[in-house]
Amino acid sequence: MGATSWGFKKSLWVFHLNAGACNNCDIEVLDCLTPRFDIERFGMKLVGSVKHADVLLVSGFVSRKVLPDVIETYEQAPKPVAVVALGACGCTGGIFRDGYNFAGPVDKVIPVDAYIPGCPPRPEAIIDGIVKLMGKL
Amino acid sequence: MSTIIPIGPFHPVLEEPEYIQLYVDGETVEKAEIDLGRIHRGMELLAQEKTFDQDVFLVERICGICSASHSWAASLAMEDIVGVGPTDRARYLRTIVHELERLHSHMLWVGLAGHILGYWTVFMWGWKYREPVLDALEMITGNRQNYAWYKAGGVRRDVADDIWPEVVKIIDEFDKNNDILIGAFLDDPVIHGRLKGVGVLTKEEAIHYGCLGPTARGSGVDIDVRRDHDYGAYSEVDWNVITQPEGDCMAVSVVRLLEMKEACKIIKQCIAKLPGGPIATEIREFPRGEGIGHIEAPRGESFHFIRSNGTNMPERHKMRAPTFLNIPSFRPRVKGETISDAVLIFAIIDPCYSCTERMAVLDPTGQSLMTGKDLIKLSHEKTEKLKREY
Repeated sequence: MGATSWGFKKSLWVFHLNAGACNNCDIEVLDCLTPRFDIERFGMKLVGSVKHADVLLVSGFVSRKVLPDVIETYEQAPKPVAVVALGACGCTGGIFRDGYNFAGPVDKVIPVDAYIPGCPPRPEAIIDGIVKLMGKL
Repeated sequence: MSTIIPIGPFHPVLEEPEYIQLYVDGETVEKAEIDLGRIHRGMELLAQEKTFDQDVFLVERICGICSASHSWAASLAMEDIVGVGPTDRARYLRTIVHELERLHSHMLWVGLAGHILGYWTVFMWGWKYREPVLDALEMITGNRQNYAWYKAGGVRRDVADDIWPEVVKIIDEFDKNNDILIGAFLDDPVIHGRLKGVGVLTKEEAIHYGCLGPTARGSGVDIDVRRDHDYGAYSEVDWNVITQPEGDCMAVSVVRLLEMKEACKIIKQCIAKLPGGPIATEIREFPRGEGIGHIEAPRGESFHFIRSNGTNMPERHKMRAPTFLNIPSFRPRVKGETISDAVLIFAIIDPCYSCTERMAVLDPTGQSLMTGKDLIKLSHEKTEKLKREY
């Protein structure tokens, strides 16, 4: 086991990036932290800067205005970083994929390690996705 | 010489990407500029490319918190075009889901306000109390959020009668917890210290800026679409419009907390009075015409305008969310306050930027391409052109 995979074994710290989501996914992410789901049991928590994060959680369809910010955030993240595309918009563009302001989906912009589909994904699905990601890393 | 403090676009206390510049002198904020447009999704054009039935699903995704409000307003606009109303049962079912949404939205705001104040107990407890409301919504509509519940003419699915006792139990429990929260909120010296007298918006300013919803009601402006323009089942149940005269952050919070009590009252009365019968009026086709629908979303009045040209797709679908009018009230509120209060003042209107962003300007130089005057001139020219044509 190398140092990097050992680092991913426990306590993933997550930075949540809203790249043009409708709030639904973001609320469900916050919901994971609150008493019913309590994702901190697994040592996971949201951090304020991508420089502290192991996981970059991107929700939303990636608009043209937010595109440079998404790339810059990914570049600032200390590697290796696991990228998770959250929600139908993050995975495929969802209902907005025909829009003129659509520059995504996330995997066209930055490399993605895991997809959590759903509009919005339930908190159980988000936890399940991240736990599966831990197994993969 | 003022210094500029940037907040965002990706900041831990902000859920959505927006960029705020605070012009400060020492610790006092002189002015705030806000840069939006990161969540602009081209919603109005997409709406013109979808059928009326699909449109309701699209407007539901304008904002995750007001999904019932926008889809209800769009349904009302469509019913206005056809000239039919929903059935009695549909009116009551719609009202119940909409008020449940108000409960979860206001409780979410209380939690986020606690988060911004650094008061994590309020955040955790608020969101804990909010979960059963989502359970009730899931029981009624099948989804926690994005209910897919409204359609032109009524609602999409009927509800079995045996779930209502469970929903009433959840609401009673919520009401009890809300009372504890109101007591704690109104007695806590820390919350008083942080909210009382901070970010005052006077009644004149609220009217001048055209504020809506709890923001206006917290400044003593007595407006509520539910009472002023009757829709749903609101005229058949007993409830009050909550207003507070002070206009500071405390007053707006109190309005939200007390509105939750009123919402509980409305839901329980609606469940007791729920009539039987069909859940939707059948609408076969949409004639040529125009329709409007406006409803009181948790943040204020949501307005939808639809023009139909006789096909199965709308020719124009205009949406306006309450935050659009509430955002400019930052300016008088934040002037003269300290930096530590500024983020709270931005959150006090319960901003929903994804609702608001109907336009995006992409310009790398950062200079505005058109001023307000240019836009007004453009609109005048267009009106003149239309007048000549017709």
